Amino acid sequence: MKPKRQKGNFHQTITPLLFLLPNMVIFVLFIIVPAFQGLRMSFMRWGIFTDPKFVGIANFKELLGDSVFWVTFRNTLVYSVSVVLLLVVVSLILALLLKRNSLMGEKIFRAVFYIPSLLSMIAVGIAWRFVLGDEMGVLNHVVRSFGGDGINWLTDGRLAMTSVILVSGWALSGYYMVIFISGLQAIPTDLYEAARIDGSTPWKTFWLVTLPLLKSTVLVVVVLSTIASFKAYELIFAMTKGGPGYATKFIVQQVYQVAFMEDRMGYASAMSIVLMVVIGVFTAMQFVFSGKDQGYE
Amino acid sequence: MSKKSSYIVLVQYVVIVAFALGTLFPVMWVALSSFKPQSELFRIPMTLFPAHWTVENYRNALGQGDFLVYFSNTVFVAVVATGITVLINIMSGYALAKYIFPGRNVIFFIMIATLMIPLQVIMIAIFLQLKRFGMLNSLWGIIIPPSATPTGIFLARQYMVNLPDSMIESARLDGAKEITIFARIIIPLSKPIIATIAIFSFMWRWNDYLWPLIVITDNRKQTVQQALANFVGQLQINWSNLLAMTTISIIPVIFVFLAFQRFFMVGITAGSVKG
Repeated sequence: MKPKRQKGNFHQTITPLLFLLPNMVIFVLFIIVPAFQGLRMSFMRWGIFTDPKFVGIANFKELLGDSVFWVTFRNTLVYSVSVVLLLVVVSLILALLLKRNSLMGEKIFRAVFYIPSLLSMIAVGIAWRFVLGDEMGVLNHVVRSFGGDGINWLTDGRLAMTSVILVSGWALSGYYMVIFISGLQAIPTDLYEAARIDGSTPWKTFWLVTLPLLKSTVLVVVVLSTIASFKAYELIFAMTKGGPGYATKFIVQQVYQVAFMEDRMGYASAMSIVLMVVIGVFTAMQFVFSGKDQGYE
Repeated sequence: MSKKSSYIVLVQYVVIVAFALGTLFPVMWVALSSFKPQSELFRIPMTLFPAHWTVENYRNALGQGDFLVYFSNTVFVAVVATGITVLINIMSGYALAKYIFPGRNVIFFIMIATLMIPLQVIMIAIFLQLKRFGMLNSLWGIIIPPSATPTGIFLARQYMVNLPDSMIESARLDGAKEITIFARIIIPLSKPIIATIAIFSFMWRWNDYLWPLIVITDNRKQTVQQALANFVGQLQINWSNLLAMTTISIIPVIFVFLAFQRFFMVGITAGSVKG
């Protein structure tokens, strides 16, 4: 074995690598290799029962003319942008109302608003499908008892998208509220004190003190919720199955269907690559915009 | 002045209570309806509380089909996966926090960068990888691949950087082995972060649907979320049974939340442990 003098060095180099080994193996086998494999497959014709064949950019060419894909693409963008805006506004309002020392019973309210974040998206979808049912849902029961007609929350194309967006807001705002609360608590209280002494109204204080200092938290919330909304699948599956028609079908569902139901894994991989690029572009844009704003201060 | 501010407080309360009721109602509605007899479920006029309380739906849900099998599958996956996740993530966090070695920053960067590649984007290639390793239709196929989480490593490292070096140094001078230092000194000092990672890992595993969907096709290996999704995917939904199953599926996560509430803030603000 090694002489004793080198023991320290040897241990300092080998031990950490051993500690890292299990994680590294999993990352390599199940993230890094599949990522490159996915990229490679997007240039191939690939199915479980057919031999892989290199086809160049044929998949991407076909994608350009695939009207169903572009419907899911547009749906995904509409959904993501709406959900992100909704989440930022609602969770910031909740956080402002429930930041420390502003209301009695705030801890209980915080816990209540966090409850939907505990539920699986499948459970959320089931609960809301039960509430929003056309004939037998309780919401339409209330609407009818006030003399209105039942509303097709989930079976009317345009309304279904709105319902899915609102339910996503319901499911996730408690989670982002917690992030906003910790951001708000990091703002020094003497700034508020100074604003109050200068005679600033709460409205003015919010725009001139709170929001500028909260910018990095807003960025975190926007980036996290953007990525989360682009990946949305379970909730929509449980609520509408993508319907009616293609009204609430998103890219992830289309990828799953084309890959595993139609056995066109190469083509579905090309779709995944497009999704990956869209997520990357949106995330980068958010960083660039927030960086620019900082320049004006 | 005080009249005006109490008016503002009142408005704030009205807003917050309205939001709270809207938040709670769907959950309460599902839970309470699961105790209604089938004949009462859609009876007009609807009532919030059951006129006749019954556990018939629960008996049917548990008795019929394989719900208990799905439940025990899910318990197995969530518990074992949480154990593995905690162990390998704090090992990595410790290595990155307390050792200096060539390539440390590169490894840390690569691990964090995997955050940018969501499962949804690479699920096809992952499926083929699982197939190659014979991990399809095995609960281990759900457990192992997502057990290395970048956020878990990140949380562990952030926490361990602040542990005192002097304790490690003096243990080394006393001739302690590296693994002993890890097991006897580092783990006991890291209990809060271990708890945080464990709780978020458990919650995520319990609620996860996409991994089991990719890995499992055999009916008896399915998880609770898969069973719920299959149930709600049918043309004729048996709501009485489904509501009972959904309520059962929610109980463990609510319990974990109530028992460990104080750890949630830490976990969320650091970005949650979802891969």
